[in-house]
Amino acid sequence: MTTKTPSKLEKILAEGHLAVTSEVGPPRGSDPKHIEEKGRLIKNHVDAINITDNQTSVTRMCSLAACIRLKLMGLEPVLQMVTRDRNRIALQSDILGAASYDIHNILCLSGDHQSFGDCANGQNVHDIDSMQLIQTVRRMRDEGKFLGGADIDRPPRMFVGAAENPFADPFEIRVPRLAKKIAAGVEFIQTQCIYNLDKFELWIKLARERGLTEKVHILAGVTPMKSVGMARYMKNRVPGMDVPDDVIKRMAGVPKEKQPQEGIDICVETIERLKAVEGVHGFHIMAIEWEEKVAEIVERAGLFPRPVVEN
Amino acid sequence: MRLSYPSSIKIIRVPCTGKVDILHILRAFEKGADGVYAVGCMEGDCHFNSGNFRARKRVEQAKKLLETVGVGGERVQMFNLSSAEGPRFAEYAREMDQRIRDLGPSPIKLAMKKAA
Amino acid sequence: MIVADKKPIEEIIQQVEAYRNVLILGCNECVTVCEAGGKKEVGILASALRMYFINNGKDMRIDEITLERQCDHEYLEEIRDRIDPYDAVVSLACGVGVQFMAEKYLSKPVYPGVNTCFLGVTEKRGLWTERCQACGQCILANTAGICPVSRCAKRILNGPCGGSSKGKCEINKDLDCAWQLIVDRLKALGRMDDYEKLFSIKDWSTDRAGGPRKVVREDVQI
Repeated sequence: MTTKTPSKLEKILAEGHLAVTSEVGPPRGSDPKHIEEKGRLIKNHVDAINITDNQTSVTRMCSLAACIRLKLMGLEPVLQMVTRDRNRIALQSDILGAASYDIHNILCLSGDHQSFGDCANGQNVHDIDSMQLIQTVRRMRDEGKFLGGADIDRPPRMFVGAAENPFADPFEIRVPRLAKKIAAGVEFIQTQCIYNLDKFELWIKLARERGLTEKVHILAGVTPMKSVGMARYMKNRVPGMDVPDDVIKRMAGVPKEKQPQEGIDICVETIERLKAVEGVHGFHIMAIEWEEKVAEIVERAGLFPRPVVEN
Repeated sequence: MRLSYPSSIKIIRVPCTGKVDILHILRAFEKGADGVYAVGCMEGDCHFNSGNFRARKRVEQAKKLLETVGVGGERVQMFNLSSAEGPRFAEYAREMDQRIRDLGPSPIKLAMKKAA
Repeated sequence: MIVADKKPIEEIIQQVEAYRNVLILGCNECVTVCEAGGKKEVGILASALRMYFINNGKDMRIDEITLERQCDHEYLEEIRDRIDPYDAVVSLACGVGVQFMAEKYLSKPVYPGVNTCFLGVTEKRGLWTERCQACGQCILANTAGICPVSRCAKRILNGPCGGSSKGKCEINKDLDCAWQLIVDRLKALGRMDDYEKLFSIKDWSTDRAGGPRKVVREDVQI
């Protein structure tokens, strides 16, 4: 399988390895050390690191700056970009900014509504949506053109990704939506974190039947739970999250001090089960504010050491 | 039944309290009424279905406005009874009469007197 | 229609308390239907204001007129020879009427008595909901008659987003997810294949973004 960009993530997937990515949330301030510390914690256990973009609409250091910092440390960033806050001029502009630092991975998202965050009274932009952003990046890369039609000097060479949520409603369009993103030009997908394995396997089976798993690399999202409280919160308060009752029961069934470990065990077991599912090409481990556990998860899941690829 | 009720009460008959508009209530106070109340059928028994529910909502609206402009929301009230309950009608009349006496004359009335 | 909601009376009192002769001007169209600025609401506001000012020892004249509309010259002209005595007007028309009033009567301060909210429908008496944001390039033919610009909180054209849950929007569980509605309707129409058509990037230049808009119809200009 050939690659279209210098992206290390793309190369690992092209060579048929199971990829491992993780994510880091930037600080609510301008101190770069948070990014540096977290990057160092996980760098040997992942192939690429996502930097979130003002997640839940809470204002943080921008993803672009944090990605540049990771790149300067010699790590492989994935620039997450939401369409909530920037119009098409700013989006294209930031893509070029990232490309000028040779950032080769981008994840195109809509973004949580601003009412969830610290500026609930602000405007939102949504000039284009996440699917149109996918098309935009592909056009900039493959045709070397701006949306307006002019040529780009040194076009971005980015591996284009998006998120998909097999657990959001309505279920019947979740596979057509994946097909739509593939038609728009997406090359890798990171899913919402998986606790309902039956539903996920159904989704990916339907995708397989349509031949979609051969057209896109799907990385299964996993998140270790720290406590039964966190599990319940995710079940009841986070839209689009599917946490089955027996997972809650399992977390509740151990004493409080043992729950973090139980959460990690569940996470590792999830990865083990998903490794056997056809169409799963890797894992996206979201352990926000618990990055120190990424190493354990990757090692116990038999995904360490990470493959080394030629640059 | 020939029961007596206070002579301070002026009765305006309507086919249903649903006919009472909030403007009727406000204009009454504008012209110097010290209190206004509506007496309608028992809830669920409105002769015309839901007129008394509408009246209640309008009385609530009037209460709020009268409170905001300084006349006092307690001066307006909705009562419900069945048309056979003569004694209760008299009782409500006495209750309202007493309440308004305790509150004193409407500030609008006082202000209009002063201006004259 | 244009849906508006009454401003709190405290706000209106603040607007007019410095004057002595005020006209409350209503409108017989949209604001009458949404019970915010029609003849009845003019009456209620005027009565309440009169009582407030009498109570506060202020000698105020507060009159009431309701016009057919406040967005056409001929109706606003009807008060040309009656407006002199007033030092201020509170217009209960939508923002359009308030402004047109201000344009036509330069020497009269005009104050808004309602908050203009959106273009919408009367779902039932006392409940009005938004349907249109006047983007200038209607796409309803491609979305089974449901508008993602006005009814999707993120105006996503290739939806739904990952926050759609049990047919409701992530921002409010009482708000329908527009894309769920679109999918349901596509199903009912037997047009689910349309779902996978990619909506291209919208031209927002005919929306607010392009600046104040106008429509010119030379074929009807004299």
